[in-house]
Amino acid sequence: MPETAAVTPGRFFMQGNEACAEGALAAGCRFFAGYPITPATEIAERMAQRLPDMEGVFIQMEDEISSMAAIIGAAWTGSLSMTATSGPGISLMLENIGYAVGTETPCVVIDVQRGGPTTGIPAVPSQGDMVQVRRGSHGDYEAIAFAPCSAQEMFDLTVLAFNTAERLRTPVFILGDAAIGHMREPVVIPPEAEIPRVRRILPETGGDPFAIQGFLDEDVAPMPVFGHGFKSHVTGSCHDGFGMRNVVDATALDHFVRTLTNKITKHRDSLIHMESESTDDAEVLLLGYGLVGRAALAISRQARSEGLPVGCVRPITVWPFADAEIRALCGKARRVLVMENNLGQMLPYVQAALAGITTAEPLPPRILGSLHHPDHVLEAIREVLS
Amino acid sequence: MSTAVHPMAKYLRPGKELTTACPGCGDGQIAHSILRAIDQLELELDDFVFVCGIGCAGWIPSPYFAADTLHTTHGRPIAFATGVALAAPDRRVMVVSGDGDLTAIGGNHLIHAARRNLDMTVICVNNRIYGMTGGQVAPTTPQGVRTVTTPGGNPEGSFDLCKLAEAAGATHVARWTTAHLRQITRAVIQALEHRGFSFIEILSQCPVQYGKLSREGGAVATLDHFRDNSITLRRAENLAPEELEGRWLVGELVEASSDAEGES
Repeated sequence: MPETAAVTPGRFFMQGNEACAEGALAAGCRFFAGYPITPATEIAERMAQRLPDMEGVFIQMEDEISSMAAIIGAAWTGSLSMTATSGPGISLMLENIGYAVGTETPCVVIDVQRGGPTTGIPAVPSQGDMVQVRRGSHGDYEAIAFAPCSAQEMFDLTVLAFNTAERLRTPVFILGDAAIGHMREPVVIPPEAEIPRVRRILPETGGDPFAIQGFLDEDVAPMPVFGHGFKSHVTGSCHDGFGMRNVVDATALDHFVRTLTNKITKHRDSLIHMESESTDDAEVLLLGYGLVGRAALAISRQARSEGLPVGCVRPITVWPFADAEIRALCGKARRVLVMENNLGQMLPYVQAALAGITTAEPLPPRILGSLHHPDHVLEAIREVLS
Repeated sequence: MSTAVHPMAKYLRPGKELTTACPGCGDGQIAHSILRAIDQLELELDDFVFVCGIGCAGWIPSPYFAADTLHTTHGRPIAFATGVALAAPDRRVMVVSGDGDLTAIGGNHLIHAARRNLDMTVICVNNRIYGMTGGQVAPTTPQGVRTVTTPGGNPEGSFDLCKLAEAAGATHVARWTTAHLRQITRAVIQALEHRGFSFIEILSQCPVQYGKLSREGGAVATLDHFRDNSITLRRAENLAPEELEGRWLVGELVEASSDAEGES
């Protein structure tokens, strides 16, 4: 594909990480800061190659802490900005991710998950950071995260992540894994005109800069980005709607935390994306997300072809958690098998959503880091049905 | 009767004319000296982005300067400023923060920004201690000095921040103290006129923590100490190394004309 256009429509054979980078560029991302880490590095490599030709900025920072800091700084100049990393990098970014939440800074964080804890195995896929991105930074906050299941969704959901970040002025995560990141498969890039682009709302210029309420509105305050004479005061300290620090009054903290949280929960319904199949008459439902969700769908179809009453639910939105939607889809099933490439990170959330209605059980792969084998899942299904 | 208005008051955010600095703190002097430099150069405050970290010195621009201000996490202002400077090269980026913030927790970002020769001015207010948290030892605390976390005296050596910045590649380096306010203003002017990475260390008094714990004394005692124990480059040239022992070399220590990143 030509190297200078942000969007080159067509059908391409593309790696998930490359598709992610192309999705970012198509969405309007023009600033990337990152630090090399397997299995996410190809995103940085593609951005390094592509951004300079479209007047964008790529910088390889000294670590993941500074990468996260740099994309926040860039976002405050008006840029759409992104970083990409894996679990160890997320661990380092978490403090500044909290800063982005607290200062209502739109940005996108790609987490191509690998086997952990600690250094683990860099090139083995995992879904080990699911709760980390939700709860990893200190304090109360709401996170938004999408889990792609294909190279195509690495493109599509990265576009969605930017549009969501811009709409709600908050960091948005993509939770991929080493398998999706490195897998090559067909990716369709639509014509530029068909790519939705949401942009943050700015305050009106020329007014009294000190009258701008650029923070803490549940319906998203206009973002007083730098360079427009807004005299913006951006601080991670507890602040009011004008951005003015208040570190002496607990009611100010209450307002700060609740407004930021309500901003996400109020728009929750518009954030939930979900795929499901054959849920109406299924006695056993396979619930999985990301690449595991794709495997769950394939296995559920195989089970149907064998006459077994099986269906599938694949949450695309991981956070906010789709509890009501999962309850509606899974309530009639006898058993929900929660397939995750971990030892049950989303399981407690599914169980809480289904408490008193039906039973959800963990179904990790036999060997963590590998995809679920169909025989292993079918065996579990038959056990429930017997 | 007319009311006297401070000549720099026009640069302050309305309603934020009173600082929360402790009595005798050097932060106000430094704020004044920075604003005087901007005033003398007739620059627009709206063309700046002030970036600061956590600690007393971070409160020099935030929220007092009526300009775009990014008050970041502890240790990271230079990293945030890197994003600002690269994404908006038309902005004048000035980082104002303390020695603990910029050279302990944030030391890695300092050396890498210097290496990259990013076009920004970093003002490091060195009070030789962690003031806001109550007087703990810093990488700038002289050896032997008592702090609340070195009750038996600091066993460690301290950084020479200007040598650190120079070695890392900073193309403009200066050091002054709060006993040299006019010189600070001149140094900020030189830094703002320099294209590339400027680092200014300003030794500043912290009578409430450092002065008390080290028994150096109150604000005036520390200012006397700064004046008596600092030596300009020109005077230092004629002195033997042993005569410079224990004294701060002040002045414009490095001025290398160089283009900032991406402008070669």
